[in-house]
Amino acid sequence: MIAVIDYGVGNLFSLSCSLSKIGAEAVVTRDERVIGSCDRIILPGVGAFADAAAKLRDTGMGEAVLAEAKKGKPVLGICLGMQLLFDRSLEYGEHRGLSLVAGDVVPLDTVIPAGYKIPHIGWNALRFRRDSVLFGGISDGDCVYFVHSFCAVNCESAVTSTAEYGKDVTATVEKDNIFGTQFHPEKSGKTGLTILKNFCEVKL
Amino acid sequence: MITKRIIPCLDVKNGTVVKGQNFKDLRDISSPVELARYYTENGADELVFYDITASAEGRRLFGEILEETARQVFIPLTVGGGVNTLDDFDRVLKKGADKVSVNSGAVRDRTLIGRAAKLYGDQCVVLSVDVKRVGGQFHVFVKGGREDTGLDALSWIRYCVGEGAGEIVVNSIDTDGVKKGFDLPLLKEVCAAVNVPVIASGGAGCIDDFITLFEEIPSIDAGLAASVFHYGQVRIDDLKNEMAKKGIPVRLSK
Repeated sequence: MIAVIDYGVGNLFSLSCSLSKIGAEAVVTRDERVIGSCDRIILPGVGAFADAAAKLRDTGMGEAVLAEAKKGKPVLGICLGMQLLFDRSLEYGEHRGLSLVAGDVVPLDTVIPAGYKIPHIGWNALRFRRDSVLFGGISDGDCVYFVHSFCAVNCESAVTSTAEYGKDVTATVEKDNIFGTQFHPEKSGKTGLTILKNFCEVKL
Repeated sequence: MITKRIIPCLDVKNGTVVKGQNFKDLRDISSPVELARYYTENGADELVFYDITASAEGRRLFGEILEETARQVFIPLTVGGGVNTLDDFDRVLKKGADKVSVNSGAVRDRTLIGRAAKLYGDQCVVLSVDVKRVGGQFHVFVKGGREDTGLDALSWIRYCVGEGAGEIVVNSIDTDGVKKGFDLPLLKEVCAAVNVPVIASGGAGCIDDFITLFEEIPSIDAGLAASVFHYGQVRIDDLKNEMAKKGIPVRLSK
């Protein structure tokens, strides 16, 4: 069973549907006990960093995720969920993340050259930088769907793929049992479903 | 490199697709869910559902269609039509929409885009604008293109981006239905005016019209059309193969 963390905003319907499509059982939850009883965790990608980080802190869900991650349970962060894995974010102020992966989250326009549109919206090609269990059955150059205005930096040792948008933007990260995708696998067609399936099959 | 998006638009009325035609590999062309799946398998990068019903029953059916589509189609879904309040945003987001497109509703309530962007994020709010030339100026029209608001289109688009619209769909009434190509002069001006993705709509009649659009305006992000796809004049996989041949960045299905 996969625990999909509910920060209380946005559309979790698509993610639930895509998990059910690949035959994974998932429960959308705000309950730390449910998080403890599941064997994998997904931090989904909706809302603002500060609100989501506060929700994780105030409900005890953040501590539950950290405790389970330390036990070695696979954790996947999607979009904002990936950004929450890092040390801190500069999205409207400075906010602490979960520090499961070393790195920072900064506005995209401070990283890429002028003239590139913000948000970075659309299908962009993955460039593999390192092997990852998430890449089974997909190829370098496959396109996935991005929607974001902030991006992860100072995380080189964890980066497994990037996407070119004026500069190499962090697309996926991996550190031991912790995984992140800046794009939305649940909106990335067959490639995205394959990535989700690979996560669901990561050995405990 | 980011790819140029091809987006079919499905008009839905009382639970069925309004425009449509006989695709031989499709059992029920009037079923929006079937059509959505067909387009997705043929390379559509995104789908727009436009709700043209007014009745409560029509709205309920539309919600069911959206939910059923979201269960089967794993690409971005944008919903437009009858979006006037934050409750309308909530209604379609809960049924599986990723983005919500506002048109007349944003003109009626100038705070709608700002409030929606704050709650759901800029990326969720799409401004759709119907534009027509009046006395040499681009005017914003509402109510399905029947009413001239007198608003200058470029000022209006800039205002909405300032409020938090994350994408703009520009529909040219002058070229819509004529099938002689997109409105390049209008689209060039919009692309020069804002720094968010711009989606061209209105006027596509053949594959070359899309090629011309992307070659003439490198900063345009996507081409949207309805009838050329529904009536089979343009197949999305053929279009994308042609774009790839011309060196236009495009996502090809495996």
